[in-house]
Amino acid sequence: MNTLPDRADVVVIGAGIVGNSLAHHLAQFGWRDIVLLDKGPLPDPGGSTGHASNFVFPVDHSKEITALTVDSMQQYEKLGTLTAPGGLELARNESRVEELKRRMASAKAWGIHAELLSPSAVAELVPYIDPSVIRLGFWTPSAAVVDPLQSGVLMREQAIALGALTVSANTAVLGIDTERGRVTKVRTDRGDIETPTVVVASGVWSPRIAAMAGARIPLTPAVHQMIDVGPIPELAETHTEVSFPLVRDMDALMYERQSGADLEIGSYAHRPILHDTEDIPSIEAAQLSPTQLPFTDDDFDPQMEDALELFPGILNAPGAGVRHAINGLLSVTPDGSPVLGETPEVAGLWSAAAVWIKEGPGVGRVLAEWMTHGTTEIDVHGADISRFYPHQRTAKHVRARAMEGYNKIYGIVHPSEQWESNRNQRLSPFHPREEALGARFFEVGGWERPHWYESNRHLLEEFAEHIDDRPHEWDARWWSPIIDAEHLAMRNRVAAIDLSAFAHFDVRGPGALDYVQRMAMAQVDKPVGKVIYTPVLDYRGGFRSDLTIVRRGEQEFRVITGGADGARDRKWFGDHVPDDGSVVLTDVTSAVATLGLWGPRARDVLSALTEQDVSAAAFPFGSARELTVDGVPVLALKISYVGDLGWELHAPFEQGLHLWDALFDAGAEHGIVPAGIGVYGTTGRLEKGYRLMGAELQSEYNPVEADLALPKVKSADFIGKEAYLKAREQDAAARLCTLTVDSHTDSGGTRRYPQPHSPVLTTSGDRIVDNAGRGSFVTSAGSAPSLGAYLLMSYLPPEHAVEGGSLLVEYMGERYPVTVARVGRTPLFDPDDRRMKA
Amino acid sequence: MDVLVCIKRVPAPGGKVLLSADGTSIDTRHLGFTIGPHEECAVEEAVRIVAEHGGSTTVLTAGPPEADEQLRYALSMGADHGVLVETGTRELDPQATATALTEAIRLLESESKPFDLVLFGNETADAGHYQVGVRVSRALGLPIVGGIKGIEIGTGRVSLQRDVADGVEVYDAPLPAAAAVKEGLNLPRYPSIKGRLRAKKSPVRTIRPEPSPGGLRTVRLRRPPEKEHETVVLGYGAEAAGAVVDVLAEKGLV
Repeated sequence: MNTLPDRADVVVIGAGIVGNSLAHHLAQFGWRDIVLLDKGPLPDPGGSTGHASNFVFPVDHSKEITALTVDSMQQYEKLGTLTAPGGLELARNESRVEELKRRMASAKAWGIHAELLSPSAVAELVPYIDPSVIRLGFWTPSAAVVDPLQSGVLMREQAIALGALTVSANTAVLGIDTERGRVTKVRTDRGDIETPTVVVASGVWSPRIAAMAGARIPLTPAVHQMIDVGPIPELAETHTEVSFPLVRDMDALMYERQSGADLEIGSYAHRPILHDTEDIPSIEAAQLSPTQLPFTDDDFDPQMEDALELFPGILNAPGAGVRHAINGLLSVTPDGSPVLGETPEVAGLWSAAAVWIKEGPGVGRVLAEWMTHGTTEIDVHGADISRFYPHQRTAKHVRARAMEGYNKIYGIVHPSEQWESNRNQRLSPFHPREEALGARFFEVGGWERPHWYESNRHLLEEFAEHIDDRPHEWDARWWSPIIDAEHLAMRNRVAAIDLSAFAHFDVRGPGALDYVQRMAMAQVDKPVGKVIYTPVLDYRGGFRSDLTIVRRGEQEFRVITGGADGARDRKWFGDHVPDDGSVVLTDVTSAVATLGLWGPRARDVLSALTEQDVSAAAFPFGSARELTVDGVPVLALKISYVGDLGWELHAPFEQGLHLWDALFDAGAEHGIVPAGIGVYGTTGRLEKGYRLMGAELQSEYNPVEADLALPKVKSADFIGKEAYLKAREQDAAARLCTLTVDSHTDSGGTRRYPQPHSPVLTTSGDRIVDNAGRGSFVTSAGSAPSLGAYLLMSYLPPEHAVEGGSLLVEYMGERYPVTVARVGRTPLFDPDDRRMKA
Repeated sequence: MDVLVCIKRVPAPGGKVLLSADGTSIDTRHLGFTIGPHEECAVEEAVRIVAEHGGSTTVLTAGPPEADEQLRYALSMGADHGVLVETGTRELDPQATATALTEAIRLLESESKPFDLVLFGNETADAGHYQVGVRVSRALGLPIVGGIKGIEIGTGRVSLQRDVADGVEVYDAPLPAAAAVKEGLNLPRYPSIKGRLRAKKSPVRTIRPEPSPGGLRTVRLRRPPEKEHETVVLGYGAEAAGAVVDVLAEKGLV
């Protein structure tokens, strides 16, 4: 027993639900010589899987988390370890009532059956609830309780039966060896295993294990308190583990579920109690298990009062007492999402961490797919470990964001909500000017980007008749009508936009052309000085990224991509650099400051500062030139994401401030204004029908569906080509459309502005699903001030992708009529692109 | 009937106890704290006696400020008053503990009236000196019996029972009296939610006495040798059956 092999194809460290599921699915995908290790005993090695409350509510606002959960539920069900008593999420106050309506929209968007119930209907389902405490219930009949330990046993058994898996419990990992940035060996107290692939599925210990190889897994252990109260006669009478629906008392930030004769109560309301991975007790020194720490009463007492209020009858049952109470450890990440994928620091070292019980089996399957095929069926870019820039992987950042994010677990989080902790990490050279102009900063990838400028408030008067205010606080939160005013000032005159959050990679060498050709869907073998916009596809032909490539020389290219995706793109591009040394990839992000200059007066401003010819003839659209702008050497790109004449000006970082001042001095007589990302990312972009990575562009959709397919397919090979060719030959299952909202008025007479992720429905209110099983939902939403419209984007199946067609959008419990204004990518504003090419 | 129960904050069992670097104290980083099982029974008994005969239960401890947690646990089980004699974070020896408790009891009694019954755990769950109950009772001039597993309150008297090798000893003592009780006296309740909420709000009185040195000094703690676990493989599959039957027969189970 426990004889370890000398070598393995993959070593999975951690036999919790994630490690077991991964080993199982790797075996299913044909992997052999899999080793699964755990330092603890089986079946419960002492991690979070062993003490979790094990309930699963499928609906989440995040599409990928919902998809992982639904996949997991199917797996649990197949294993026979799922019981579905249904689940209730309860609102005690008015803002939560709104939140539950929003949850209803998410349920509809992702295709999960749910209903809103009155307090008395809630009390019928759970007779021991006091209905007078609550205002509304969100009922998910499929919500379930699962047994992750038994699931793990069954998954291991199946993999062992295939002859694919060696399991070794009570085996401590002592080290992970690497050579030239690659995993080579796992050292344990029972012997060493040579292996090219190691997966860290070690829950709260993951940072410690990854550090052995020199990688960071950004998570921190945090306490989640749980108590068991019993015996309660009403529950004991059921003679089952769970008969009554699970309850999440959302405003009290806690949950209650039957567990045999007891009521289990868990809380996310207490102060964030973070631990250091190094301080987790060993198995021997732990009183219960290493992740079940001594209970701290003071933190929990306020929650007891909330629980007593909701369940007065049963919690006061004679003889019922607190039989068990722990501070359970779970993993919290800087943004609340899991940490999955190969680490950017060490090749062959994968992370499968910060995963809840409800996502565990799905994560195992997705990772196995990723490790086998290089891509996944479910788009998990929000959970990709390479989404973090280096500073976001530091302990300081992880702690700050975990501390701030803990109480958001049950909180009401606005989709645009900004983090408050550990800000001001990456500042463009323009930052002092922006601050002085009253910029409202939003964060992306750690960069501070102005979203709008309070200094432009006076423009509201100038453009008053073209600007709608938003009367509802939720619609107006993290938004300002100033965005629309900046937009109109740009369209009328000229605006400067800070784009320094862009990531820039230089690609040089004799193999540079072949390399960028392989990465890009578009033809990159263009004359020097051309700018090429291109989708970047994954192996299945879905979107991996979309970005701009500048040909700067025969063997020299500059890749420019968005700040939100820069870190992921950096890994993707880095992973594909050929081994023969023919290509050198350099991340020059920190060397380049970028200022966009767009609007009908842009040429007037720029030509005042350079002696070079910037006329349309000398500097045509889609080209790049080296300019000297008031003494600053600038790489100027004549392109636009906002649809107006102008340039992206890429300057040496240290001269950025000079460039800003020069442009604003020269621009004064042309009425230049600073404009924020509200214009760049939403209003200007939507009027032009431009797609956004992560919103419209996801790995679950292909270029034909997004209407980004090109007239010709280049002869050079590129990643995703085969799938792309196939997609071109087939009828698209869905087409990306732009819709206008016909009426904004809700039943109470308030004008509402539907936000992304709202489901798109037929006029009779039915969900729209394409042939590939994908529901239609709003991918982007925002005002189009130059069109006097409010625009939505959504993929629609062919029968609904008809211009002029009527549909409905559900938002906050009400439905709004919308019209399909455009099928495909032709812009609603300036469809011939005359302004950009002027 | 006014009953006083003396309790002590001790590490909760379950994990391997780690020692501090200098070997004179235990490493409490990963430890939760509790009261010992004997004392839990003492609190339960006091609460039951008061429920039947009226009066009140006071819980008394000498220890660090954190011992407030143990007092509140006793309060959540139904005790009425908590008193903390703050003696600092260093472990006290039995003599110093007894002195601190005795002085506190004298103070409490001087303010109202003598306790009718004083209960101790038979020995503490950590140090196990078996001394404090005897020392306090002697100082207060109370009769005390140890190892008690049964208490019956009579009129002005108390009957105390303890197990001996071939039966039960029954002692009859006039009140006020003291007893050091053992686990098995009763089945302690779990604190109810209401009890916990009440305990949270109850005031705990703190007394800060002049420390008096005891007679013992901790030189060093030493871990006892680990028990050797010997695993014998009796065989695999059906061939093991005979050997298993032999073992069960040897233990008198078949």
